[in-house]
Amino acid sequence: MSVLSQTAGVLRKDLLLDWRSRGRALSVFAFAVTTLLLFSFASGADVADPGPMVGAWLWLALLFASVLALAESFRVETEDGGLEQLRLLPVDPRALFFGKAIANALLLLALGLLIFPLCLGLFRAHVEGSWPALVGTVALGAAGLAGPGTVYAAMTAQARGKDVMLPLLLFPLVVPVLVAAVKATTLCLGRDAMNQLPSWLGLLAIFDVVYWSLCPVLFGRVLEE
Amino acid sequence: MLPRFVRAHGLGILGLGLLVTGSILGLVYAPAERYMGEVGRILYIHVPTAWNALLVLTFAFAFAVASLTTRKPRYDDLLVGAIEVGIVLSAMLLIQGSIWARPTWGVYWTWDPRLTTSAVMLVSFVGVLGLRSAVDDAGRRASWTAVATIIAWADVPIVYFSIKWWRTLHQNFSSPQTVASTMVLPLRINAFALLLLSLWLILRRARLSAHQRARAGMDTPPPEPSTLVAGDA
Repeated sequence: MSVLSQTAGVLRKDLLLDWRSRGRALSVFAFAVTTLLLFSFASGADVADPGPMVGAWLWLALLFASVLALAESFRVETEDGGLEQLRLLPVDPRALFFGKAIANALLLLALGLLIFPLCLGLFRAHVEGSWPALVGTVALGAAGLAGPGTVYAAMTAQARGKDVMLPLLLFPLVVPVLVAAVKATTLCLGRDAMNQLPSWLGLLAIFDVVYWSLCPVLFGRVLEE
Repeated sequence: MLPRFVRAHGLGILGLGLLVTGSILGLVYAPAERYMGEVGRILYIHVPTAWNALLVLTFAFAFAVASLTTRKPRYDDLLVGAIEVGIVLSAMLLIQGSIWARPTWGVYWTWDPRLTTSAVMLVSFVGVLGLRSAVDDAGRRASWTAVATIIAWADVPIVYFSIKWWRTLHQNFSSPQTVASTMVLPLRINAFALLLLSLWLILRRARLSAHQRARAGMDTPPPEPSTLVAGDA
């Protein structure tokens, strides 16, 4: 079996697992919505122009929720000895990485696309720029969080103090994703008079390419006993 | 054959000597900087700290690659030394930067690319050490430290460019051509001084790790001989 078909197998398994335990995905969604509400409570009910803050709040909510989603994706593996079974399979570790990371990225993309309209409604914002660019931003940002996040989640799920370790490792690493995704989202919401959007999307793409090429190579060493 | 003390601490003694020389040259003999005045003298330690922080973390990356590919514990010992020294240098860099920024820019902290990148670099590598302390198995600890180091190191240039685009305020790069020669000498001496001190500390830390490893190996009690015989309940 090629890496590609192995990846498809792992991806199918992970998506099926997500689908069969929809309650987990639902709790991650509820967590993201609660975070959004908390941001608006914390910044006061009468922010005159919440427009510039919408991108920041959306991405912070997604970032916090991503920690839960990533940790969950490996909790199910470690709980019933699933990880040992995965190790025993004659599967390329790169396929394991791609399968799990794509599943995580898709979950985060779906989460982003679900909470974004909610964000617009809650903060009375609207999209003046292009919708496809916005979806592209969420997709690239979700991939940026999921790539290194999958490797870190695989490690922290097997370490002591796992709840603290994942954000401690992931948050500083994804600073470029946060900066670029917030900027790109804000540009999509308003008018991009200086045509800055391509550079921010480019930065997101560079981050994704670097980590989606580096992480599969390293993933094998993370899984081994 | 060099005496044992010189072999163990020669780099440190030489580094300290150079640091004193460079600092005296920078603080006493070099002219005051034209625009910043006496405040500018902090650069004789600040700039070498920045160079060495990046260099030492790059050593950490090289040790991480070596540790992953060869699986020799020696590289893991060096890796932890390089990460710890890199963290100390990054922290020094931030503190010196704040001291310098207050009289120069009027604030202790600004979202300047180099300042922010140093802060992100510092917390990233503190995270790597945190992960290291959360793993008990020595082999796994070595692999994971190396993996996390490679991931964190690759982030440094991306963080730098993202923050640079996000907001920029720092002065442009200086080159030896734009700096007076009386100012270049203490900068270079201090850069070598910090490099030697860093290497000394990394080697001492690696030696300590090797001792700890050897001791842990000795402390592990041999398995208890079983008193059960076949047929026991």
